[in-house]
Amino acid sequence: MSLVLERRSERSVAIALLSPLLAITLTLLTLTIVFVALGKNPAAALAVYFITPLTDGYSLQEIAVKASPLIMIAVGLALCYRANAWNIGAEGQLLIGAIAGSGLAVMTHGTNPGPWLMPAMLLVGALAGAAYALIPALCKVRFGASEILISLMLVYVAGLLLDYLVRGPWRDPAGFNFPTTAEFDPAATLPLLIAGSRVHAGLILTMIAVVAAAVLLGRTLKGFEIRVVGTAPRAARFAGFNADRLVLTTFAISGALAGLAGIIEVAGPIGRLQPDISPGYGFTAIIVAFLGRLNPLGILASGLFLALTFIGGEQAQIALKLPQDMTGVIQGILLFYVLACDSLILYRIRWRSPQRKALHGPL
Amino acid sequence: MGLFEAILLSIVTASTPLLLAASGELITERAGVLNLGVEGMMLIGAVCGFAGAWATGSTAIGALCGIAAGVALSALFAAAAIGLAINQVAAGLAVTILGTGLAGLIGAPFVGENITAAPHLWLPWLTDIPLIGKLLFGQDALVYLSIGLIAAIAYVLARTRTGLILRAVGDDPASAHALGYNVAAIRTRAVLFGGGCAGLAGAYLTLAYTPFYAPGMTAGRGWIALALVVFASWRPGRLVAGAILFGAVSILQLHAQAIGLGVPSQLMSALPYLATVLVLVLISRVRRGGSVAPAALGTAFVPER
Repeated sequence: MSLVLERRSERSVAIALLSPLLAITLTLLTLTIVFVALGKNPAAALAVYFITPLTDGYSLQEIAVKASPLIMIAVGLALCYRANAWNIGAEGQLLIGAIAGSGLAVMTHGTNPGPWLMPAMLLVGALAGAAYALIPALCKVRFGASEILISLMLVYVAGLLLDYLVRGPWRDPAGFNFPTTAEFDPAATLPLLIAGSRVHAGLILTMIAVVAAAVLLGRTLKGFEIRVVGTAPRAARFAGFNADRLVLTTFAISGALAGLAGIIEVAGPIGRLQPDISPGYGFTAIIVAFLGRLNPLGILASGLFLALTFIGGEQAQIALKLPQDMTGVIQGILLFYVLACDSLILYRIRWRSPQRKALHGPL
Repeated sequence: MGLFEAILLSIVTASTPLLLAASGELITERAGVLNLGVEGMMLIGAVCGFAGAWATGSTAIGALCGIAAGVALSALFAAAAIGLAINQVAAGLAVTILGTGLAGLIGAPFVGENITAAPHLWLPWLTDIPLIGKLLFGQDALVYLSIGLIAAIAYVLARTRTGLILRAVGDDPASAHALGYNVAAIRTRAVLFGGGCAGLAGAYLTLAYTPFYAPGMTAGRGWIALALVVFASWRPGRLVAGAILFGAVSILQLHAQAIGLGVPSQLMSALPYLATVLVLVLISRVRRGGSVAPAALGTAFVPER
């Protein structure tokens, strides 16, 4: 007896709808086992990760603040992945966007430059992210090099550039040798949506990105092109769609959104450039994109859920003495189940008994 | 020991984990499976290898623990990418994310602990020969193992029936299936072998390269190993050359930093990654028009019926 996959004659709509919920349920079950193995009370531990953060206003605000970059990046990645272009280096594009935008803040520090500064920072951040993403895209289109590996290598390069800048030329001279830039001036800081909270204007930009991507995918020819190139490359060629140009376009868009998320992080919640500005948003956004079924509205929901695991992880460090890495474990398990459950939309699993022995023919 | 000799020795040490991980991935990819989980499997191999050696005081047991951890994680990948026909790119990323998290979780108590590094071979007279003595006869056992492994891989791929079947599964799974070969089972074995190699590569970092564990200590070597396979055009001989080249880049940037060229240290540290990008572009450019990758690389195979 062995398990085999059998292609369904049509996609299962029921499983397509249930799949994310099924994946989350399986993740929770697996985590129960993990927590027991770690000697923690599973009910209490799961509550810390998934329920406690929902119970007070401060945590809810934090979820929104953390979900914002995740959603923004994942929306761009979803466009890429739909077009079968594998941008894995969003983390690097985020860092470059943050660096480029911060450059303006550092240069204008203490000069009271006026209201143009913030929009300019956002624009420069987005453009830098797009430009950085275009490096792997161009290498793929021009030379056929793997965009996966190149976009990843550039994550390390961006991290080292950030490290160099905050320890070297951009370090705050009055900062007691800490590796950070000076705190951004008010003109270089994103306004808050709710006074006294951490909820900043970047959230609005994220919502705009979600709506724009939904319209682009669902209602425009470009969106149609993306979907066709991704699902039926041969048909796309016959239709005259240029797959290479689509790789460049989707990489540029996803890079711009990652760069924008980066500059929003430093100009918003963080307020200055420092060596660690992202707890792996660019990588977690990959999970967000898949959990959201590569659909902008789905990503909105899945981004909030993944943000919950970050906040839960922070609380678990204090309440359960579990290291921050537990969050990565949870996210990895979740991604596995999301992908596995999605597989059931196309296939059903059947038991098959080995009636026929393999034939050893001419070979 | 002269500086030149020391540099040569450290290049061998730096090349070995790359060669081990890339050897495993070479077999995996020759079977038509792209496993992007190498970085995660190396990390989990590094921490489990360290834990094994720390608990028992034995390098060999540590190495076995590293292999076992890599195999276990790659089994998960096989179940997803082969068993459930999930997109290989996405499944591989899941392995790396999970492996990174698990390694952090398992490794937390080991940060700051020390073990004795893997012993180096010492042969009377031979090891004492100036310059080449230590290079040829004074390495640790895992260096020789990695060389033996890639030689065996070269032989099996080119000269044996097993190699022929493996390549058939990677180039044309439908035909291999029609001939009666169990594509899923062969691919699974290739993935598990790759996982074991990646786990051992990670273990090499903690057992021989540095006798301690630090979070994230693979520092992208798993990804560089993946790039190496492309660089080698999926051929074992070139893999050795590539591993030495990349090992040399990572060692020479350290020495360049030590000399103090007036260049930021971060730029020097970025060199291996920049070199990888450059090599990928150059190699792909040369090959433009005729790809030598296994024809079915990265595609799931689900037999009809």
